Amino acid sequence: MLLLLQYTLIFASVLILVALGGCFAEHSGVINLGLEGIMVMGALGGALMMRYAPDSFGAFGMIICVIIAAMIFGVAYSSLLGVACINFKANQTIVGTAMNMLGTAAATVIVKAINTATNPNDVSSTIQYVDEKKAFIVNIGSFEFSWFMAIALIGVVVAYVVLYKTKFGLRLMACGEHPQAADSVGINVYKMRWAGVLISGLYGGLGGICYILSGVSEWKFENGVAGFGFLALAVMIFGQWKPSRIAMAALIFGFFRALSNVYFGFPILVALNIPGSIYNMLPYIICLIVLAFTSKKSRAPKAEGIPYDKGQR
Amino acid sequence: MIKKILKNEAFQSLFASLLCIILGVAIGYVVLLFINPTGAGEAIMEVLKNFMHYSKANLQLKNFGGTLVKTAPLIMCSLSILFAFKVGLFNIGAAGQYCVGICVSLYCALALGMGWVPCMLLAAVAGALYGAIVGLLKSYCNVNEVISGIMLNWIALYSTNMILTNVKEGTSPYTFHLSTDGPQAILPTMGLENLFAGNEKVTIALPLSILTAVLVLVVLEKTKFGFELKATGFNKNAAKYCGMAEKRNIIVTLMISGAIASLGASFLYLTDFEQWSCTSSAVPAMGFNGIAAAFLGGLNPIGTIFSSYFIQHITNGGAFVDKTMYCSQISDLISAIIIYLCGFVFFIKYMMNYVIDKNEERQALKAKAEAEAEAKTQEGGDK
Repeated sequence: MLLLLQYTLIFASVLILVALGGCFAEHSGVINLGLEGIMVMGALGGALMMRYAPDSFGAFGMIICVIIAAMIFGVAYSSLLGVACINFKANQTIVGTAMNMLGTAAATVIVKAINTATNPNDVSSTIQYVDEKKAFIVNIGSFEFSWFMAIALIGVVVAYVVLYKTKFGLRLMACGEHPQAADSVGINVYKMRWAGVLISGLYGGLGGICYILSGVSEWKFENGVAGFGFLALAVMIFGQWKPSRIAMAALIFGFFRALSNVYFGFPILVALNIPGSIYNMLPYIICLIVLAFTSKKSRAPKAEGIPYDKGQR
Repeated sequence: MIKKILKNEAFQSLFASLLCIILGVAIGYVVLLFINPTGAGEAIMEVLKNFMHYSKANLQLKNFGGTLVKTAPLIMCSLSILFAFKVGLFNIGAAGQYCVGICVSLYCALALGMGWVPCMLLAAVAGALYGAIVGLLKSYCNVNEVISGIMLNWIALYSTNMILTNVKEGTSPYTFHLSTDGPQAILPTMGLENLFAGNEKVTIALPLSILTAVLVLVVLEKTKFGFELKATGFNKNAAKYCGMAEKRNIIVTLMISGAIASLGASFLYLTDFEQWSCTSSAVPAMGFNGIAAAFLGGLNPIGTIFSSYFIQHITNGGAFVDKTMYCSQISDLISAIIIYLCGFVFFIKYMMNYVIDKNEERQALKAKAEAEAEAKTQEGGDK
């Protein structure tokens, strides 16, 4: 039972972080379908940091460095979306999809190149971090508390305060609702959208490193992140683009995702004799059902997905 | 004359696509340079050469055939995405519909012992039904088709793994070989193998996929049905007010799109070219490469035939790079970069038109000035 709680919380943390990333981008008026790629890149940054950071950093230093590396990679990668969608008015769906493919391909190529360079016989795309991972986990009894659970909570609070209690956040949201109106009162829409995209990269990168540190102690970069970026977008829609609701939605999805990891620990579920594949499918099926019921009255930012054109009425 | 060509829509698309390819390959080359500068040039050449890697004409032809075998499903996937995109829908679920096609065609062939025609048709029906889910969610529940598509991709993958486990070899994760357990379901070659040095995997799939491309072109450009679909894509509400059934149009579009993708799967898996691994942890890349091919082909059905071949050509070429220095994923990287650059096609065309217009304006001004000057000199002559 404790294991289920632990996995629920850690997967929910991933979903919260990534969904908040999507939330910032969409409030500024850009649909970020490239979150999956951003997660992979953030994971790559964090994993490389874990691989190369000297032991002298200590546990705390390690956590800080890994998180910063993941954020930097996420932000840098999200600028690809910014350039294409804000400055060049490209189709946001295509660019997002390309970024997902590019993220996985680039991470695989980079990790394989590093592995092959250190050992010519090693052609895998795996990075191991068995010892480094321990820095992120605090054992409370048999419950493994991960620092990312705390970070996700902080992330929600920060997102709420920034979006609703600061001048910056309100202006950001104005750009997603009616950019022409925002421009007319002197807000630079391009700058605001860039800010939204870069913040989404920051959150996405964090979510990525959190994802690969949940449960496993090595990561094969060929695998990508198994649709988590898109699950997070579903969480965001279910959460109606509001940070507090996103947190609640993430807990529900996290629970079903966790179930596929630990269902064999429950005698009742094992007795039902349902194939493992069904549990694997469960989060996606739940997601579809939830979306079917919630999308109709969705309160999406009105101008999302439309490139800003100054001359438009 | 040249100006006329430059202004031509088709030429601009072709130019933009070629520019994307050149830039994509160049960036790939730079990445290789970073990894290991000594063999980068050679590696990029291997990717571009693909089957030309072999010196014997016979082997070349055979491997050319191998590339073509995988081009057929890619053409279908890109047509599927193109068809939906023309109606304003981004069918990223093509990958899942492709997966369903694999599942149905292999299950019908191996477990039910059906021939290739029913296998193919049932796959198409299943793909259409799977696509209809996305369509229903989109038109009645307002669910973004990209997100529901991705969710359905994963559901399709796990279902396929589960169902095809019934027709797999005991210890290995792979499904049975069609050649031993379901020869009746293998697509006929109609003598095509003679063109490719006896490569029996080259089947009627290739001509069928080209035929589909032509069909899609005709339906979209020359029929009332296609016009209605496109009108729905341009403006859903306008289509509705004109008396078109916009909800039905969306569902029908995604059904056709799904059927095409899933037919593509049967085009590959009913040749016994490869088997399905029941422990797959990722949706087949074919559906996503279809996106690349569709956009690289300038969203033209005939263009996609060539762009699909190109994408498959470099994907296969990736297998020939020197494995001690680089990995075969370099070709995935190049095609991903190419799709990213395809996002800029609109901008490239805009710039081309802008430059041409500026030039024309300048020339017109110059001509005007010259004419005025001439008129002045003539005036002066009179006096």
